[in-house]
Amino acid sequence: MLQVLPENLSIGVLVIIHRNAKYETNIETSLSDKCRIVVKMAEEKEYVKPATAYFAPAGYHLLMEPDHSMSLDVSEPVNFCRPSIDVTMQSVSDVYGASTAAILLSGANQDGAKGMQSIHQAGGLCIAQHPEQAEIATMPASAIALGVVDVILKNDELLTFSRQLNNYILRRD
Amino acid sequence: MGISFGNLEELIELVNNIYSFDLNGYSRASLKRRVSRIMDLYSLDFSSLKDNLTNTPGFFNKFLIEITVNVTEMFRDPSFYIALRDEVFPYLATFPHIKIWSAGCATGEEVYSLAILLEKQNLYQRAFIYGTDINSDVIEHAKRGIIDLKKMKAYSDNYFQTGSGDSLSEYYTARYDAAIIHHHLRKNSLFSIHNLVSGGVFNEFQLITCRNVLIYFNVTLQHRVLDLLYASLALFGFLCLGSKETLRSDHLTDKFRLVNKTQNIYQKIA
Ligand SMILES: C[S@@+](CC[C@H](N)C(=O)[O-])C[C@H]1O[C@@H](n2cnc3c(N)ncnc32)[C@H](O)[C@@H]1O
Repeated sequence: MLQVLPENLSIGVLVIIHRNAKYETNIETSLSDKCRIVVKMAEEKEYVKPATAYFAPAGYHLLMEPDHSMSLDVSEPVNFCRPSIDVTMQSVSDVYGASTAAILLSGANQDGAKGMQSIHQAGGLCIAQHPEQAEIATMPASAIALGVVDVILKNDELLTFSRQLNNYILRRD
Repeated sequence: MGISFGNLEELIELVNNIYSFDLNGYSRASLKRRVSRIMDLYSLDFSSLKDNLTNTPGFFNKFLIEITVNVTEMFRDPSFYIALRDEVFPYLATFPHIKIWSAGCATGEEVYSLAILLEKQNLYQRAFIYGTDINSDVIEHAKRGIIDLKKMKAYSDNYFQTGSGDSLSEYYTARYDAAIIHHHLRKNSLFSIHNLVSGGVFNEFQLITCRNVLIYFNVTLQHRVLDLLYASLALFGFLCLGSKETLRSDHLTDKFRLVNKTQNIYQKIA
């Protein structure tokens, strides 16, 4: 999905993946060659820029500050996860409210469902990957079960949506 | 229960006015989560929280204890401890006395990790470690040198990854569900309350660790605290920040030599 985002993407993207802090992985670097937007690890107090995807570092929650910079936090794991999707989504919805869009993909626990709920309540857009097409259905299915998902998209639809993300943002403004 | 960023500013001002306690330099996103947590913990809405802070004796202390994030580990980031042992200790070994400050030490796990690492290199006898934190609760906890035995499993894994070759269990006694750090690893350490926001230089150190504390401060406060840490270091002393924290002050970069980039270890050279 990151690979089809256009280089003139007018928004920033935060990416939370569950990864073990013990084994430093470098998805950012391997993805960055393949993407037209900038892909990097989020640095603390770094400002979110358009056309850039920021990955939460392993072992830290990623939070959004009201001045649109990002903070890291080592407080307790949530849903056994740090970074936790719930934590970031709640924090982003605090700052961006109705102009937040969230996509919840495959995963093995309920992380993200409550976060989607916050975004939904703030008037933002919540998209879930179709559980049948998710490698592990639990994560998108949990958010759908909470009744906070606006759209359920199949994988090819997720790609189309990503390609056309700019149009969508213009339409909402 | 949630609050708005506006509420949060109001709270920061109230705490400053009544208790002269300055939370202004703290990262808002984390503070907001912590305040919401306190409200849940005590079942308070925003106005009763303010009311308690203003009128209930002792509540402010409870508030302070809960507002900070004290999560810590022994040998957190094993590769940091490897770098410390291999790249910093050989220098420290040339000093007759090694004074160390763990600033923002939480419940003391970092201090005891340093003690073990020093002991292993035959340096602990010459070392003295000061552990400080703003939170009186965690300082009391740290002084006891007792760690939940359940946590020791993860800490042992961390320790194993430092490649020290022995087991963490060599350094504590297990009793019921507690791990008691051996007395000889506690005798050269002192824990006390110190506020990095308002406190000053209290000693001169050969090594300062301030890890995962700056992430809770805004950039302005980070600069101030970095100045304080710089002023507290002896010439050729070492500064260790958390793995995601950097020496961001331009005027300080000339005064430090980068010892290890990934582990954020610096040496004061001017
Ligand atoms: C996440 S813990 C870090 C513990 C340990 N250094 C580590 O890396 O595992 C952050 C600690 O900083 C302390 N802290 C926060 N504000 C402080 C201040 N103004 N002065 C001193 N310590 C502070 C908190 O109470 C908390 O115990």
